Amino acid sequence: MQRRDALRLLASLPVFAGFSTKALAEEWDSILEQAKGQTVYWHAWGGDPKINDFITWIGDTAMERHGVSLEHVKLASTADAVARVLAEQQAGQTTGGAVDLIWINGENFAAMKAQGLLFGPFAETLPNWPLVDTVGKPATVTDFTLPTGGYESPWAMAQLVFEYDTARLASPPTTLAALADWAIANPGRFTYPQPPDYLGTTFLKQVAYGVMADPTLLQSPVDEAAYDTQTAPLWAFLDRLHPALWREAKAFPQNEPALGQLLADGEVDIAFAFNPGRASAEIAAGTLPDTVRTFVLDGGTIGNASFVAIPFNAAHQAGAMVMANLILDPEVQARAQDPAILGFQTVLNIPALATEDRARFDALELGIATLSPADLGPVLLEPHASWMTRIAQDWAARYGVAQ
Amino acid sequence: MAAPVAAGLAGTALPALRDGAAAFTTLAEWPGLPRAAALSIGTGLASTFISLVLTLLILAAFAGTTTFARIRRMIAPLLSVPHAAAALGLAFLIAPSGWIARTLSPWLTGWDQPPNLLILNDPYGISLTLGLIAKELPFLLLMALAALPQIDADRRLATAATLGYGRLAGFALTTLPALYAQLRLPVYAVLAYGMTVVDMAMILGPSLPPTLSTQIVLWMAEASLMQRDTAAAAALLQCALVLAALGFWRLAEIAGRRLLIAMAFHGQRYAGLDRPAAAAALTATLVTAGSLTLGLAGLALWSVAGLWQFPDALPASLTLRNWATALPSLSTTFSTTLAIATIATLIALALTLACLQAEAQLRLTPTTRALTLLYLPLLVPQVAFLPGLQVIAFSTGVEGHLPAVAAAHLIFVLPYVFLSLAGPFRAWDTRIAISAATMGATESRIFWRLRLPMLLAPVLTACAVGIAVSVGQYLPTLLIGGGRIETLTTEAVALSSGGNRRLIGAYAMLQLAVPALAFAAALALPALIWRNRRAMRGLA
Repeated sequence: MQRRDALRLLASLPVFAGFSTKALAEEWDSILEQAKGQTVYWHAWGGDPKINDFITWIGDTAMERHGVSLEHVKLASTADAVARVLAEQQAGQTTGGAVDLIWINGENFAAMKAQGLLFGPFAETLPNWPLVDTVGKPATVTDFTLPTGGYESPWAMAQLVFEYDTARLASPPTTLAALADWAIANPGRFTYPQPPDYLGTTFLKQVAYGVMADPTLLQSPVDEAAYDTQTAPLWAFLDRLHPALWREAKAFPQNEPALGQLLADGEVDIAFAFNPGRASAEIAAGTLPDTVRTFVLDGGTIGNASFVAIPFNAAHQAGAMVMANLILDPEVQARAQDPAILGFQTVLNIPALATEDRARFDALELGIATLSPADLGPVLLEPHASWMTRIAQDWAARYGVAQ
Repeated sequence: MAAPVAAGLAGTALPALRDGAAAFTTLAEWPGLPRAAALSIGTGLASTFISLVLTLLILAAFAGTTTFARIRRMIAPLLSVPHAAAALGLAFLIAPSGWIARTLSPWLTGWDQPPNLLILNDPYGISLTLGLIAKELPFLLLMALAALPQIDADRRLATAATLGYGRLAGFALTTLPALYAQLRLPVYAVLAYGMTVVDMAMILGPSLPPTLSTQIVLWMAEASLMQRDTAAAAALLQCALVLAALGFWRLAEIAGRRLLIAMAFHGQRYAGLDRPAAAAALTATLVTAGSLTLGLAGLALWSVAGLWQFPDALPASLTLRNWATALPSLSTTFSTTLAIATIATLIALALTLACLQAEAQLRLTPTTRALTLLYLPLLVPQVAFLPGLQVIAFSTGVEGHLPAVAAAHLIFVLPYVFLSLAGPFRAWDTRIAISAATMGATESRIFWRLRLPMLLAPVLTACAVGIAVSVGQYLPTLLIGGGRIETLTTEAVALSSGGNRRLIGAYAMLQLAVPALAFAAALALPALIWRNRRAMRGLA
């Protein structure tokens, strides 16, 4: 995309609201036209073969429908891509950047938005945007309490669910207190990924929700003066739990797949994941026994959405927008929700879809271990990003240096 | 060689020294710093020392025997095992839910679930040290083998034996001093590598706190990007630590030399040490080769495993699913990997040959300083200068292109190729050249028609080493390739962040295949070409 075109696009975006549908459609057609023949470099974590395969499939579909090809740049960490865009900005590279699309959420989004590293707003002008359930799934427009403002486009809903093997554990503990009691009664059979890993901090947030006197405080930035008093119950809970954890808390798994591996190896009896369909997908892939089931805690678990964003200097902004729109296509969303493929929950408003699209979702099996939307219970919103930064720092100071 | 390192270091120093070196204050405030630094130094020094001692023991006990040829055949292929794959294989072997425990459970141990034992990621870095030894021993052994012919080891050992010295004492007193002079730089490279390794430390090492180099990578990966300056400061500190450890090692060398001299004046023959030394050397070899081989076999089995639960010693079902998943993207990745490795290795080979030929023609002797420059990229931690190099690469616009990545690989491939080839090249019998010259052959004719063909086997081995090094490069590929150049290693590391043993197994097999093919060619081609030349066969 030429710089001139990008500027024209930028200039025209906020004005879209007053446009007629016809003009909108023309605008989108010109984006499609520009995108044809482009190669979009999508930087996304490459640690899960199921997700990698799905991204490959999206690339094939994009080629078929729009003549856009997709290269999945497999990252070991999303920060690599963020750092890359930041380095380009510092080197004064305002066009032709290496990153076209990033799988992103939460802290990375806040960091990029603050540094002016994002292109947009674009998400709300995508033809498929009206299908997104922004009312029933507020996490699609609020990322860690930060309004997305159209600078990122959602692609999947995620919620914390706990996984256990019914062959080893008859009835799982469904409250935080019961979970702690169970872990203490069964030493070495529970752990969580080491913060600052994403899933590890999510567990800490879940605990904070359960033990803080006033969890609503989590929705506003940290108040330094009251922080110590407010978080005291969290540390008390962890102090009690740690001696009974896997390896007496002298070592922690690195991340979600590593925790899943511990469950598969029988090293722990309860694990958790940020994807309600993970257990079913793993059973389908033959990596977990079919006796594994999932449960949530009474009162709800943390949930959020995964997003894609386009850097301010992306070389192929038109192609990246076409990708973001394709990701919201009902057919793509239904495929992502299929437990045999990914088991990701859709961001779309299913009742509002066209009949044949609704049928795609209705035809999906839940998956042997996946809870139905009703059983998943309420979604707790992500706390403000400042909480996690502070809590992860504190965690490192308290437990990150084993004595 | 010094230019890219210096440029990269400057690029790293800048953010670290921003705002009046505020980053160093943040670094000093990190409570894990003393321990992380101690872990880096401890695992680096311990693994280097033990690898070196074992290498020397093997040489002293078996040099020139038939057992030695067997050991060499067992160890050589292990050089091409990528570090991450080796670490994952070992991890699966020794973990409480690993293969050894599964084989013995429940009939012997009575475990129907894995015991809660802190074997992997132990706080003292013992499993990391063992993993490093398993990986570094083959390298040092091959380097020592390349050096032995140059120092006339056979005659030295024969002299010592006629004076009644035991094998071990004879080796230590007559061969070791000259050999160590040749081995010094490889040993330094091993020490620097052991202190700064990231992928192995992530899999086997402690995490509360991790080693300093792992923490640097974690800071680099922090979502808020607030810790990047801290990471740069820590990288400079890591650099200083490596230099300090090298200084300490140098002092230990001096002490060792005094000890040897004292021993020599003592005149003891120490023949009684030979038997236990041989037993120890053999055990070390078997444990090293065995653990790596079994670990890789475990990964290979995982790559075709269906459900495989504790305490089953074998998977419940076999499936080709993982291979089917891996294969579509493989052909391009495989060819990219091979292309980069080939370009980097061929350039390195050309440079090395030109260098060595000039040296031979002009009767130059390589100075230590020149050698140190060559080794610089291996001695300076990669995390300390590569990010700086990346900034330079994309401000000049070469980043993300295959030739640029190959050039970055060249920085690391060249020292290894030079190392493997220099010994045999210099050991070539120059009387052959003199005979040819008296018959009127020009220098270039001698080089192309005599020297090079006769050195075919070492040249091919050097190529294989170069290819193995290139295939194993992760950071240079990721940073200079801008994430757009996918090789088997970048794929494997991205996947290993997800800990999926089945897929990692498949990728490890492929990572292993490229260098293994190169090594096989290095063995087979000379045998084929020289099948009618009996005297040439011993030189392979």
